[in-house]
Amino acid sequence: MPIKTYREAINEALRQEMEANDRVIIIGEDVAGGAGGSAGGAEAAGGVMGITAGLATKFGRDRVIDTPITESAIIGMAAGAALTGMRPVAELMFADFIGVCLDQIYNQAAKFRYMFGGKARTPLVVRTMIGAGMGAGPQHSQAIYPMLTMIPGLKVIVPSNAYDAKGLLIQAIRDDDPVIFCEHKSLLGDSCEVPDEPYAIPFGQAAITRKGSDLTLVGISRMVKFCNEVADRLQKDGISIEVIDIRTTSPLDAATILESVKKTGRLVVVDEANPMCSVASEIASIAASDAFDYLDAPIKKVTAPHTPVPASPTLEALYLPTPDKIEVVVRDLLEY
Amino acid sequence: MQLSRDQLLSAYRRMRTIREFEERLHVEFLSGTVPGFLHLYSGQEAIAVGICEQLDDDRDYIGSTHRGHGHCIAKGVDVKAMMKEIYCKKNGVCGGKGGSMHIADLDKGMLGANAIVGGAPPLALGAALSAKLLKTGGVAVPFIGDGAANQGTVAESMNMAAVLKLPMVFMFENNGYAEFTAASYATAGSIEARAKAYNIPAVTVDGADFFAVYEAAREAIERARNGGGPSAIEAKAYRFWGHFAGDPQRYRAAGETKELRENHDCLKIFADKVTQAALLDQAEMNAIDVEVMQLIEDAVAEAKADPQPDPESLYKDVYVSYN
Repeated sequence: MPIKTYREAINEALRQEMEANDRVIIIGEDVAGGAGGSAGGAEAAGGVMGITAGLATKFGRDRVIDTPITESAIIGMAAGAALTGMRPVAELMFADFIGVCLDQIYNQAAKFRYMFGGKARTPLVVRTMIGAGMGAGPQHSQAIYPMLTMIPGLKVIVPSNAYDAKGLLIQAIRDDDPVIFCEHKSLLGDSCEVPDEPYAIPFGQAAITRKGSDLTLVGISRMVKFCNEVADRLQKDGISIEVIDIRTTSPLDAATILESVKKTGRLVVVDEANPMCSVASEIASIAASDAFDYLDAPIKKVTAPHTPVPASPTLEALYLPTPDKIEVVVRDLLEY
Repeated sequence: MQLSRDQLLSAYRRMRTIREFEERLHVEFLSGTVPGFLHLYSGQEAIAVGICEQLDDDRDYIGSTHRGHGHCIAKGVDVKAMMKEIYCKKNGVCGGKGGSMHIADLDKGMLGANAIVGGAPPLALGAALSAKLLKTGGVAVPFIGDGAANQGTVAESMNMAAVLKLPMVFMFENNGYAEFTAASYATAGSIEARAKAYNIPAVTVDGADFFAVYEAAREAIERARNGGGPSAIEAKAYRFWGHFAGDPQRYRAAGETKELRENHDCLKIFADKVTQAALLDQAEMNAIDVEVMQLIEDAVAEAKADPQPDPESLYKDVYVSYN
């Protein structure tokens, strides 16, 4: 099977869905790039990270729309277009910029269906880049999915690998509800086997990436990669770790997590987001509530601290959960 | 308008410092020693310096952008502490926790570079409101790119400033490109006309001409200090580098930046004007160039040698107190 990067998998999902349905359009800042430029206006960027490269050239600028830098108008326009027959994929370049346009997501798109008495469909996808690891500082590095997960009406997707990125994005585009698709900037170059043909991965179905019996590690986005690494390390010491990739924070596949915890009796949740009111907190709460009798040890979280993301790479490395930090917590918990 | 020799020398030194700082950072960034993202101000020096030379450290504030190094230097932020911050080191002006896009120095009236496009103008409203209520006579100046000009925050801020007659100068820098997209595509109408629609006096000047910027800024600052409310200046600007250091600039015609450096270099234009008018001689400016080069050389060396931030600093300063 062909090997593709996370970046290529996302590009392929967009291309295939645009080929399949001419109502699928892309809206964002520099998603093509070069408009009006002295070089003649040809596509010049394909997104700040090159994820949408080639799409404007292939599908034309009527379907790959470069916008001014104006996030409220981008998201609002995409939400309005979704409500009126299009299937827009809006790009919010860095997830941190959600502060500029949150009203259009939180008070508008997320609530249309409910407050309009079930009459609205809003097939909106907001692709956005999350996460630390590039020294990009406090306003370009945040993992903001917890605040989106708590909003009823939104679906929130956190792919951890190229295969999932393609299948989950195709599902997102075909989905009739507003979806926030969180791409981790430190995963863009990671690759794995990705089929050429289109396929959709349903939301709310976690993946078990390592089978095990001694302890359950639940990871989110890039943290799944670290969890897998820890499981592989510990396997050499005869320790059997089960790793669960939740893939989507809303809907959340509680059943797979509970089934695993009931088997292993131990749970560590690894989350790059800040620790308060987080997805990790939610998962810990579900396990405490619904698997209490099966737990052999306290539930532990490995998360970023309750601080902004520092610019300094030295401090950023301390900020982030790492395989070493996860391993320490896992080994401690196994001895509880 | 007559600037003294000292004022002219000061302005030249600041502009040259910004240019040298940025050109050196470009080299250092490509060598891989600078972390994070870097947006260079080369070519736009006369705008920051043309207005900031007329602002006071203690009562006047500026709000900046992701392309903020020039604004910081023009407002008097310490060049060595800035360089350490860009290297994310312990003795950087923000302790290494802000980096290039978040350099701030409130003691110098610098409200921060800003990684959110259009983030600063509402904050500058606040600084202007403080100045008005505290009767400091201070003025607030948000720098706004042609890209940011299209953000709702900018429209909201101009309206609010006009309604409350706040002491502000909206300093637009139209360098022709918002990231990789031309202003001719993305910015409808004219920025000057947008300001005028709020009854804000507005002019357009050549941002490569220090004296044009200086004169427009002088009038605007005087109006603000005298209770006349906000003004706007649209400076036509020339971005010598790409959106960020390392940008391949495929959206630009071959030779465009070369042409800008040849015909729209604010430092050359300044030097020609002051020598032709016999206000300064070239030797004086050459001497400044040598001093500035040494300053930047020292700043880079000291930044590289500066220690990493202490690990415990990760947890400090999230709050003033938290119990």
